[in-house]
Amino acid sequence: MLLMSRLASLESRRGWQVFLILLVLTIVLVPVLNLTLPPESPFHVPTYMLSLLGKYLCFALLALSLDLIWGYAGALSLGHGAFFALGGYCMGMYLMRQIGTRGVYGNPDLPDFMVFLNWTELPWYWWGFDQFWFAALMVMAVPALLAYVLGWLAFRSRITGVYFSIITQAMVFALMLAFFRNEMGFGGNNGLTDFKEILGFNIQAQGTRIGLYVASAVVLALGYLISRFIVTSKLGRVLMAIRDAESRVRFLGYSVTNAKLFVFTVSAILAGIAGALYVPQVGIINPSEMSPGNSIEIAVWVAVGGRGTLFGAIIGAFTVNGAKSFFTGAAPEFWLFFLGALFIVCTLFLPQGIVGFAAQMRARIARKATPAPEEVGNAASKHRA
Amino acid sequence: MLRASTAPDTAELEPPVQATPIRTARQPAGSILYLDGVSVSFDGFKALNNLSLVINKGEMRTIIGPNGAGKTTMMDVITGKTKPDKGDVLFNAEVDLTKLDEAKIANLGIGRKFQKPTVFEHLTVFENLELALKTERGTFATLFFHLTGQQAKRIDEILGVIGLGDRRKEKAGALSHGQKQWLEIGMLLMQEGQLLLLDEPVAGMTDFETETTASLLLEIARDRSIVVVEHDMEFVRALGAKVTVLHEGSVLAEGSIDTVQADHRVIEVYLGR
Ligand SMILES: Nc1ncnc2c1ncn2[C@@H]1O[C@H](COP(=O)(O)OP(=O)(O)O)[C@@H](O)[C@H]1O
Ligand SMILES: [Mg+2]
Repeated sequence: MLLMSRLASLESRRGWQVFLILLVLTIVLVPVLNLTLPPESPFHVPTYMLSLLGKYLCFALLALSLDLIWGYAGALSLGHGAFFALGGYCMGMYLMRQIGTRGVYGNPDLPDFMVFLNWTELPWYWWGFDQFWFAALMVMAVPALLAYVLGWLAFRSRITGVYFSIITQAMVFALMLAFFRNEMGFGGNNGLTDFKEILGFNIQAQGTRIGLYVASAVVLALGYLISRFIVTSKLGRVLMAIRDAESRVRFLGYSVTNAKLFVFTVSAILAGIAGALYVPQVGIINPSEMSPGNSIEIAVWVAVGGRGTLFGAIIGAFTVNGAKSFFTGAAPEFWLFFLGALFIVCTLFLPQGIVGFAAQMRARIARKATPAPEEVGNAASKHRA
Repeated sequence: MLRASTAPDTAELEPPVQATPIRTARQPAGSILYLDGVSVSFDGFKALNNLSLVINKGEMRTIIGPNGAGKTTMMDVITGKTKPDKGDVLFNAEVDLTKLDEAKIANLGIGRKFQKPTVFEHLTVFENLELALKTERGTFATLFFHLTGQQAKRIDEILGVIGLGDRRKEKAGALSHGQKQWLEIGMLLMQEGQLLLLDEPVAGMTDFETETTASLLLEIARDRSIVVVEHDMEFVRALGAKVTVLHEGSVLAEGSIDTVQADHRVIEVYLGR
């Protein structure tokens, strides 16, 4: 009973309406427009577009996970690409094992790159990945473990602010270098690719693509609700208090280390799941996902959307990646300049991102309509930059 | 893990111990706070120099001293923010505070108000008090916490005491300086500690606010021990408690406000600046 009312109160009435409308649009309308309309129709959603949207949904989940730790607990992780990639690699390992004898060398156990390296046995850390349930478990467990260990070391020593960012950035860079090495057994430079099947379905088939897209949307929705549950709980307020005045929280008797460790680990799990949904849709995972720049880009998505709001992260991921897709098609050489400019504009003029800007605008319009003394946009405009 | 060994209720039952003009023997028995030979140095500079101080259960004590005397550093040592180089710090005559971190010390029942008022600016007044509310502090307990009607009533009560009832839904950042000081005192009350440490609670307050704060503290002092650091002599006089004068990291004088103000060493320290 208590839990039910708690769940119902995750969103306002309006909020639930918007949430459900968006969910239905994403998981019903887009697949229907893909399946039922003829390709000539202007409303037809081509399958490549559907997969592109599926990719954005994964990025949105990734951005959401970063907002949880950065927007609420105030710790900017610049290594979230690592959790995303590790989740992706776990899924990739499962997909590699599904190839079986259909590889170039036709080895039933060893992926092609291992045969190429003259390996004769599957390394122990590849064991179990032929089972989907095991891979799915590892998708969450591996990022969680890394976040827990790294977080424990950092938070216990009270490493905060820019030092935490640098440590997480160093972590993702080190991982990338490690994964580049062939001897690591993850396909080195080329990573894992040439997937054939997922859960017995042809990975290229339209039906599978729709399935993966819908799964991404559903998981994003669940991830959002879980994050809402955390940030609207008293623990969420403890996290915001940590963001405001970390040491004061300790004098109230809360363990700052444990609170941050919890949210960092949950965040890493969400990022790992995002990576696992991403890999079958793009068909490849390689170490470039762990390049430091990628992890910084995630922070840009969140900053552009507006941090500390959760849905801002989702909006930011869609906006920036939409722009990126457009630019890489129209003028690829300008993309990095555009990204840089976007970040500068946001920091200078939209410190609260798109969401904060929208709230300010709404407040301004409301004030014009009814000259009330109360400021509606107060909360948003005073929100810490 | 250490827990509060005495419930706050038991303190209520005992008659408040009056400050005695006679110097207390340096024995921990019966004390709520016992500091003996505590020294802290920062890069060779001794902020606390062999400081010894005993606060009895139920006692209110005011601590004065010129800027840089080490008053805040003393509170840092008691609350676990700073580890002393040497010396004993005992709570309830048995718990060694130098071995514990800030959160554990807070959970023993030691509350602190900072010199610079620190409230959580982006949370509402109500939420600030809710965070301070005495409940299970574990991460999962906090995640699944549900405010009971009784607890909400308790918060309302404190809101009334600190005079912020009509501002409960406002962000704490929007409060005036004096109101933030009160909110922080309210948070101390929510914690239901046995020992409250207040660092310059009336700094930046108007005369009226200062008077109100004095009577609020006297009210609170009835069922707990309080240490107040303050510069404002009117306020110290209004509290009417035993006064300890700190100077260069150790105790210079101790006694009633009149005794202390008549002490030539104290006059020298204050006028010499
Ligand atoms: N973290 C610190 N690092 C270096 N010096 C410090 C630190 N904290 C306090 N001090 C010094 O210790 C002395 C005592 O400071 P403090 O306890 O704040 O005095 P009070 O509160 O009595 O004004 C001051 O000279 C101050 O500069
Ligand atoms: Mg001070």
